[in-house]
Amino acid sequence: MQPTDLKPGQFSNYPPDARKLAEHYTGTLAQLPPSFVPSLLREVIEYDYKFPVERKAVEKELETITALSPSDRAEWFDGFAQIKLSPQLVNYDGVNSPGQFVEQLSAHLWATHQLDAFRAAATSYANRLAAANPPEPPPIPRLGISVIGQGVTTYDLPLFRKLRPQGVYFTQVKPENALQTMLDVVADRAKSNPIPYGHWYVDGGAEAKYDPALTGVSYRALAPARAALTAKMHEEIERPGMGPEALRTLMARMKPEDIGLASTANGNADPIMARFQLKILTEASGTQIFATTFAQWTAREALRRAQPVTLLVRFAPRQKQKPMNEMISASANSPELDPVGSLVDGDFGSYYNFLNQQRLPGAERSSFVVWFEGHNQAVGIGPKWTRGSQSTTPTDLKTLFT
Amino acid sequence: MSPPSSHPLELARQLALSRRDFIRSAAGVALGSSLLSSPVAYAASAMKKRKVVVITFGGGARDQETFAPEGQENIPHMMQEMIPQASFFTQVVNRGILGHYVATASLATGTYETFNNFAAVPPNNPTVFEYFRKDLKRPASDAWVVAPSNGFNRIGESNNRSYGPGTGARVILPKHLLTAATLGNGDYSHLLRDNYETPFYTPELGGNEFELQQLGNLLKLSVDDFKAHALTLSSPDELSVYITRRLMREVAPSLLWITMHDIDIAHAGAYSLYVDGIRRTDRLCGELWKAIQSEPEYAGNTTMLILPDFGRDADDDAGGNGFQHHRTGDALSRTTWMLAMGAGVREGVIYDRPMDSTDLVPTIGSMLGFQATQSQGKPIPELL
Repeated sequence: MQPTDLKPGQFSNYPPDARKLAEHYTGTLAQLPPSFVPSLLREVIEYDYKFPVERKAVEKELETITALSPSDRAEWFDGFAQIKLSPQLVNYDGVNSPGQFVEQLSAHLWATHQLDAFRAAATSYANRLAAANPPEPPPIPRLGISVIGQGVTTYDLPLFRKLRPQGVYFTQVKPENALQTMLDVVADRAKSNPIPYGHWYVDGGAEAKYDPALTGVSYRALAPARAALTAKMHEEIERPGMGPEALRTLMARMKPEDIGLASTANGNADPIMARFQLKILTEASGTQIFATTFAQWTAREALRRAQPVTLLVRFAPRQKQKPMNEMISASANSPELDPVGSLVDGDFGSYYNFLNQQRLPGAERSSFVVWFEGHNQAVGIGPKWTRGSQSTTPTDLKTLFT
Repeated sequence: MSPPSSHPLELARQLALSRRDFIRSAAGVALGSSLLSSPVAYAASAMKKRKVVVITFGGGARDQETFAPEGQENIPHMMQEMIPQASFFTQVVNRGILGHYVATASLATGTYETFNNFAAVPPNNPTVFEYFRKDLKRPASDAWVVAPSNGFNRIGESNNRSYGPGTGARVILPKHLLTAATLGNGDYSHLLRDNYETPFYTPELGGNEFELQQLGNLLKLSVDDFKAHALTLSSPDELSVYITRRLMREVAPSLLWITMHDIDIAHAGAYSLYVDGIRRTDRLCGELWKAIQSEPEYAGNTTMLILPDFGRDADDDAGGNGFQHHRTGDALSRTTWMLAMGAGVREGVIYDRPMDSTDLVPTIGSMLGFQATQSQGKPIPELL
């Protein structure tokens, strides 16, 4: 694909809003380097299924590039222009399959030792774009909550080692009704500050009853979709010539309805959420088999993409380790669980939840709480908590959030 | 002008310095730069019996789970038993493709291979085994690879026209062997886990894999004994070490290469399993070192080299997901370390200077007496 050859009619296979957007900016796209354009088209083609924050970001990016003077554009994209593509990539249909193009570009960059150059170009571009479009602070300070250790009765090793230095380590939290308190806190925030996809509840197991004002995702609710996906994977892998790259391509082309996500029967009538959940299961590794990985990755993607102001993540026990093919097998309906290993996973996963939240605008005003479910230990991080301190005063969780 | 702190080379250097400080404070070892020209005890062994054992960690481990203060609890054997006896290189940089098969093949050829990581193809450049056997006229039984998964079955020899089929190492795939021995019966599935990045991918076997009937001929192991012992093991790497020890006892190759892979469970995103893999690998490395010291054919004349094929992504790189993968190509995922111990190696020394992962093959060449003529690397003078 040579961007200079781009014509508006080439986007006819795009979803409606994406097509309009691409056609509107065809002239801009035609002036950009071939190593860059498919990366941008990969975002554009998904425009109809993006969260509001993401749609705005794509629009702003295109507006900003369009407004650049020729000399500025040359400067911004010089690093990408230096990347040498193979003839196969040049001839690849990066318009209709931009995701696959980017995957092949990645392999090409590794093989030709151009990865560092591409990385430098991408970093430089991202910095310029961020400077041109400073991120907007969230309407209210963000609140992240992680709940770990479901099903663990005793655990003597230290928890929250990564997070304690960031805030207050509470050792006398009252566990009674704590989970419901948290659900009430996030529901109150959602009702008081209605923001589309702004308040989330992610559960690595069976979700508790939650307020419809929240955007909810759970491992249990996706069990039929996970089973459908793994069954398809099993079917495909039996085909002659099927390898990991072909399988990845196949999964990248899946639609929500292919694994039963778009039907109203499972409560996922929202096409944006159906697509989000599909990607959680098809683009990540481990989310199909480990409940803890599912919870962490879903939180990561929710923060990266939807940028919620409220995110409650409850980790649940994952299955014990078995051979990978066996774990992925759709027949593994009642796997043996590993609560203690899952506590360790959740402990580190909550650290990643914190890091990912702090990458978003308004980090200096954000708060984060992690609690060992059913126990007395928690950590609170935020403007009102002194870093690296400890509280041994009996505290109920409601107090932490006030 | 010195590079900014965000420059990859500077980050790699800082990583190496941290590693040095962590190890010095914990293990009380010396800085190598002060020893380079000094006549410190340096026991070179007789060339004629020299053996080399290479252990690669397929699935790198990061400092914070290993050499950093908070990680040292996961590697007690390395910290307490091995590093005080070893030369430790803090900055081994891999500039190639960060996929396990292609990276391990690059380590074995001393050249950055660029083939598809998921293809069951031989390396394009001559392997260390081919240089060793051709230059020194050694038989096939003197160079062996114990590899973790079927995808590694072509690593023993290249498709280079000057070398190639029949001139490389024999490759044992313990899982392949176990599958053949058990005919798919019995509860051995925990030992048969394959590539964690692509769990479904099991390539058709071809090339120089170990044949089942040689279980008895070479390893002096009956199928029943093999099956019975396998039931006492808990992971594929334990199975590999078991086979390696049999190989050392019964065949005693001069060049032996073992690739561990348990740590790579990290790709599934479960931190506890990743750390379990590190602890197991640490223990197994300790066991192999003890085996080297206790086997008459190896004791006193063997150099053991341990190095990860590469690292894993940093927590603070938004493009990755921390320990789970090695996809960003950041300094942490490219910069790793090497531990050398045994014959001809100074004990308790740390070297900070950067070296390249392609330096391994020419270094082995200098140790064993062959020339790695097509390697991109150069011999590590501190090990000569």
